[in-house]
Amino acid sequence: MVRFENVGMRYGAGREVLRDITMRLMAGGFYFLTGPSGAGKSSLLKLIYLAERPSRGLISLFGRDLATTPRQAFPALRRRIGVVFQDFRLIPHLSALDNVALPLRVAGHRDDRIHDNVAELLRWVGLAEEIDARPATLSGGQQQRVAIARAVVSKPSLLLADEPTGNVDDHIAARLLRLFEELNRQGTTIVVATHNESLIQRFRHTRLHLENGELTVVAPPAREATGLTRAALAAGDEEPT
Amino acid sequence: MIARASRRRRRLDLPTDGDGSGRFLPWIIGLMVYLAALALAGMMALQGTVERWDRALAGTLTVQLPASAGDELDAALALLRATPGVERAEPLDQAANAALLERWLGPGLAAGELRLPRLIDLRVDPARAIDPEALAKRLAAVAPNARLDDHRRWLDRLLDVALAIQVVAAAIVALVAGAAVMSIVFATRTGLAIHQGTVEVLHLIGARDTFIATQFQWPALRLGLRGGLIGLVPALLTLVALGQAAGAAPASGIAALPELTLAPWHWAILLLLPVVAGITALATARVTVLRSLARMP
Repeated sequence: MVRFENVGMRYGAGREVLRDITMRLMAGGFYFLTGPSGAGKSSLLKLIYLAERPSRGLISLFGRDLATTPRQAFPALRRRIGVVFQDFRLIPHLSALDNVALPLRVAGHRDDRIHDNVAELLRWVGLAEEIDARPATLSGGQQQRVAIARAVVSKPSLLLADEPTGNVDDHIAARLLRLFEELNRQGTTIVVATHNESLIQRFRHTRLHLENGELTVVAPPAREATGLTRAALAAGDEEPT
Repeated sequence: MIARASRRRRRLDLPTDGDGSGRFLPWIIGLMVYLAALALAGMMALQGTVERWDRALAGTLTVQLPASAGDELDAALALLRATPGVERAEPLDQAANAALLERWLGPGLAAGELRLPRLIDLRVDPARAIDPEALAKRLAAVAPNARLDDHRRWLDRLLDVALAIQVVAAAIVALVAGAAVMSIVFATRTGLAIHQGTVEVLHLIGARDTFIATQFQWPALRLGLRGGLIGLVPALLTLVALGQAAGAAPASGIAALPELTLAPWHWAILLLLPVVAGITALATARVTVLRSLARMP
């Protein structure tokens, strides 16, 4: 699903924030992306959701080499990716419902079909009473759930969450992770960037650890790196179709 | 119906109408449209006048003889009337000559008070081309003091002046259009900066550049149309007032000036200016947004 080969990235003429990243994320996998602040987690996610271009190396997304993919094809690739931004990035003048509906509108879905689906999704994340509320009137946790609903509303193949548990207590963070696991069971590949060590220990998934711009892959603590996980770690393997 | 309208409004994901980026744009466009309308009106009126002069002088020639010409007048008349293509050749009497000078010298000019040259008014068939030079040579043979004037020389000079004025007016229209386009580019870039966060989110969730450009182009169209109307109304009032002032001016003061009037289709062109302003604003905003977005990954 996602393949990096010797990827390096720098902002402008600055130092490389990512160096020689080689990794492969398999379809249906669940990954934690960890590392200290400034290690390059957000930069790595930005490369995956096509907000930045690498300064060197090759990135392949959904089987397409990005170096040879025309820019016009990027929107269609982005629509297959759901992103929960660290700062949520909700549109302030839109209601919760319209924020969540945005990916569907962008994809050209009809308005009359959008409303019911989005309202149902907001009920699922516990915001049935808040569908007309503007982001400014919602609590941090509620805004986060709107952001998650927006990320999953179009049933993406890949979900990226940048520090989604940063602003919530452990209980809500655990609920959030269970929600992601549920999506993962339905086939969505999940990448969660987090600092929360207790969650990483509790939810045993493959860990991609970034430190000083370099990536190491750590198998889940109490689970053999077999099957899907082992395949995820193996560089150079062909992706399942 | 209301629900449908409400849904349609929600499609506009950027509140560009109320962000202040285009607050002064209608007034700027209005000023541009006002200037463009006056320049265009002047251009079109002058073109109409030139065409009228050209039409009026087509097929007319004048032969001028000294006041003392007697036999030469008769000989010239005989030659002209015998020339194929000449429909009419009539000498102007002293009273007609005096009438021609009345607008400059005033009424009451007595015949014989001035020794005016004798004029022969020639009407030729426009379909049959008469070579003025050949005719002048033949005329010189029978009336050496006769001078044939086909009005071409002063008409050509007049056409040159008119063309120069039209070029200046066209340049003014082009400059005004350029200034309006720059204003729209500036306002659109300001809007993009104001809504940068939203634009980035739309971009990252998979919106095509054209989808984002649409959010800016329709508000720009509305601002352009509004600005066009703001400029057109005073421009029309100005033109009407100028027309009335010209009509009310004393005849002796402006009698030598050409009559500057607008044809119905000229007015139609002026009425289209707000639409042109709107479409220009729409296209400019769209291109500006697309070019800005092209710099994003």
